[in-house]
Amino acid sequence: MFLLSNFTSHIDMIQTFGDFIELPASQEYLIIGFSPSSVPLKQRWRNNGLSADFMADYLATFFPGNEDDSSTIERQAEIKSAVSYIANELLENAMKFNNETSEYPINIKLQLESDGVLFSVANSISPQGVDKFQAYIQQLLASEPSELYIQQLEKNAVEESCTDSGLGLLTMLTDYSAKIGWKFQTVHKDPEVIAVTTIVQLRV
Amino acid sequence: MEIKTEDYRICYDPATATVSFVGSLRLRGSTEYQPILELLGKVADVEPGKITLNLQQLEFLNSAGINMLSKFIIEERKKARVEMAVEGSQRIAWQGKSLRNFQRLMPGLQLELV
Repeated sequence: MFLLSNFTSHIDMIQTFGDFIELPASQEYLIIGFSPSSVPLKQRWRNNGLSADFMADYLATFFPGNEDDSSTIERQAEIKSAVSYIANELLENAMKFNNETSEYPINIKLQLESDGVLFSVANSISPQGVDKFQAYIQQLLASEPSELYIQQLEKNAVEESCTDSGLGLLTMLTDYSAKIGWKFQTVHKDPEVIAVTTIVQLRV
Repeated sequence: MEIKTEDYRICYDPATATVSFVGSLRLRGSTEYQPILELLGKVADVEPGKITLNLQQLEFLNSAGINMLSKFIIEERKKARVEMAVEGSQRIAWQGKSLRNFQRLMPGLQLELV
């Protein structure tokens, strides 16, 4: 299910977790990039939803709705809603956990495949944040997602200080039956810059 | 009681003890959701018997928003002072996927997708 390369050194390290795949070559994709330091995060927050809705609208073109067939309209609405939700959550995570001291760009790519949609999001992450994130990924991979979802909500309900709900990735697994994989890669040494790529596979 | 911004509107109708959510809710984290959670808490404090959350015009809700509503539902389950109903829309696809989770948090919660 997942691969751990514990014995590599911290330099030049590549680690993958979960259902990570390299994106297949494609001519049908949409990519949006962000320079991390151009506008403060608070002002940029609304952009996540706008970008996600744009991606969903773009993709809906490939699933045309026929007014004479309500099932095609429903299918289009369902795909739009799912793409909008997932893209927004991925962008919110990328903005939240991005290493603000690095110039490494944030980008989100949406790619159409014959049996579904692939999302790929890349951002840098602080070296201190890596262990915490990987521990969370390990927990996700070792758990039954729908049980972890309830546990997480019950825990969040009694913890006042928690700033991150830890629900975005979980809901992709539980509510959208998505497959998720991650790649961590040291892309620069001195100062150390670690990039994380998150791949989400959604069947449609 | 009402909270209104460019992206969303939340209003309370005391006659029916219904809190309606309209628009798109994608706030950042629990801190930004705190005013909405406080509004819900005030509604529950008057112990209206049954509280209805009307989400039929809530087009988008991010996971932090799901967390906020879940927190309210869990708190009220523990206090056991009000019944809870959630009204959603079949037209809005995320609701068909995600709203049923509220019943797992509070088994007595009435969920209706119209």
